[in-house]
Amino acid sequence: MLRLKDVSKYYHGGTVNEMCLFRDFNLTVDEGQFVSVVGSNGSGKTSMLNIICGSIPVDSGAVYIGKECITHMPEFKRQRRIGRVYQDPAMGTCPHMTILENMAMADNKGKSFNLRPGINRRRIQTYQQMLAALGLGLEDKLHVKAGVLSGGQRQAMALLMAAMTPIDFLILDEHTAALDPKTADTIMELTGKLVREKNLTTIMVTHNLRYAVEYGHRLVMMHQGSIVLDLSGSEKEAVRIQDLLDKFNAISIECGN
Amino acid sequence: MTLLLGIFEEGLIYAIVALGVYITYKILDFPDLSVDSTFPMGAALTASAILAGQNPALALFLSFLAGAGAGCVTGLIHVKLKVRDLLSGIIVMTGLYSLNLRFAGGRANVPIFNQETIFENPAVDRLIPANLRPFTVVLILLLIVLACKFLLDLYLNTRSGFLLRAVGDNETLVTSLAKDKGTVKIAGLAIANGFAALAGSIYCQHKGFFEISAGTGTIVMGLASVIIGIQVFCPDHRPYLFRLRNRTFSLRPTAAVVAGSVIYKACISLAISLGLEANDLKLITSALFLIILVISGQRRKKVKRHA
Repeated sequence: MLRLKDVSKYYHGGTVNEMCLFRDFNLTVDEGQFVSVVGSNGSGKTSMLNIICGSIPVDSGAVYIGKECITHMPEFKRQRRIGRVYQDPAMGTCPHMTILENMAMADNKGKSFNLRPGINRRRIQTYQQMLAALGLGLEDKLHVKAGVLSGGQRQAMALLMAAMTPIDFLILDEHTAALDPKTADTIMELTGKLVREKNLTTIMVTHNLRYAVEYGHRLVMMHQGSIVLDLSGSEKEAVRIQDLLDKFNAISIECGN
Repeated sequence: MTLLLGIFEEGLIYAIVALGVYITYKILDFPDLSVDSTFPMGAALTASAILAGQNPALALFLSFLAGAGAGCVTGLIHVKLKVRDLLSGIIVMTGLYSLNLRFAGGRANVPIFNQETIFENPAVDRLIPANLRPFTVVLILLLIVLACKFLLDLYLNTRSGFLLRAVGDNETLVTSLAKDKGTVKIAGLAIANGFAALAGSIYCQHKGFFEISAGTGTIVMGLASVIIGIQVFCPDHRPYLFRLRNRTFSLRPTAAVVAGSVIYKACISLAISLGLEANDLKLITSALFLIILVISGQRRKKVKRHA
């Protein structure tokens, strides 16, 4: 279970440009839940993910995983239990290292990076099977550098690598936004499959309302640092893209746009 | 012949610096100026150690460790105190200048002629036959450089080495792998400066003296070697060096920078033999480096245009 409790976050604190993004923000994500998060630019979606992952500090409030408070745990330590896929496909792999080397590193997450050989030859077949399951032909390109792969191929690898070792949470930060519509669909199908197979607790930020409606158990809409819509269960099942668009428009009109 | 041997001797000594600079500049993407002072640090420590009657091989080892320590300091200043990479190197470089003078007993110039070194000792006299005598230095250097190269290759293929390569390639991924990228950078800087100090130790034993100004321009020579080596032998746009009867041959970057170092020294020797004076050495060093930078920069653009 993940919990954000009374989190406050200010930007440019102490200057005339001070902006309050979150004031006493609360969110609880249950074990095994797949949450889709939508919202306009600047609504705090990515900031929320950054707070969960520890990429940015909070000004007050607390972040819990289960009963453990991780508010002040450094980012890299939290990552042991978190898998994160970024919007930019280049963020998930090392471009100058081969596919095999990238896979081997991801496989070693949580263990010691010591002086043993970087690649465990007995695992190669397993990597090939994992890559074959992506259906992108990557299993035959083990010795190709990840930098020459297309954005979609890299994002598929990033997804695979993020969830290769046992993790508590999968954090998806607009991970289909930089891809063409067809590739985005493929990556989204892979995501759905992966989350189902491993029963991962997932938070997915997306601008694609269709994905938000089709995938996940819960839908959250954010606006100016607070949650304006939180649907789960049968309400989530019943929601349509048009409903979300209407809500979006309603918010925008309130803002005066 | 003497000229050729001279090129190889100097080239191989600086090849060890180049291996270090390869780690900082190419792998970590960290312009590390501290090698300018860790190189003479190795020399200073070696001169003192040998004059104190220590084993010359031990002096090599000691220098490596001291260099690694200095590299850690550069890394800690950058990572923990959040000082910019270039400035961290400059701080250590400047501070070490005084320390190096202390290591050398307060003198800017310490001769160690007629002392036992790794090049002149009874074991070498016994093992190397008389007709190979002129090549002794090159042979021993070749042995050390190859050992360094293979150890570095081995290291870069360990899990820890993977992480080192990853941190220069994509820092975010290292964080995603639940590892502290700062620690990895510090380790890389330690190895690089260890190599620089080791080269300084060898330089001192080869020349037979320590001189405080020996380190000036080390980074330029190291960078030039790395850039020449990589540009000539590991071009980005070709996965292999040359093709012979349908077989492709390539050179590892570590081998390429060693070759680059020898080529660079050859260019400098050429410039001097064309009539420039030894006093112009540093000017040639930097002018040549500029030429290399400009040429390699243009090439990179060309590749992009075609892609």
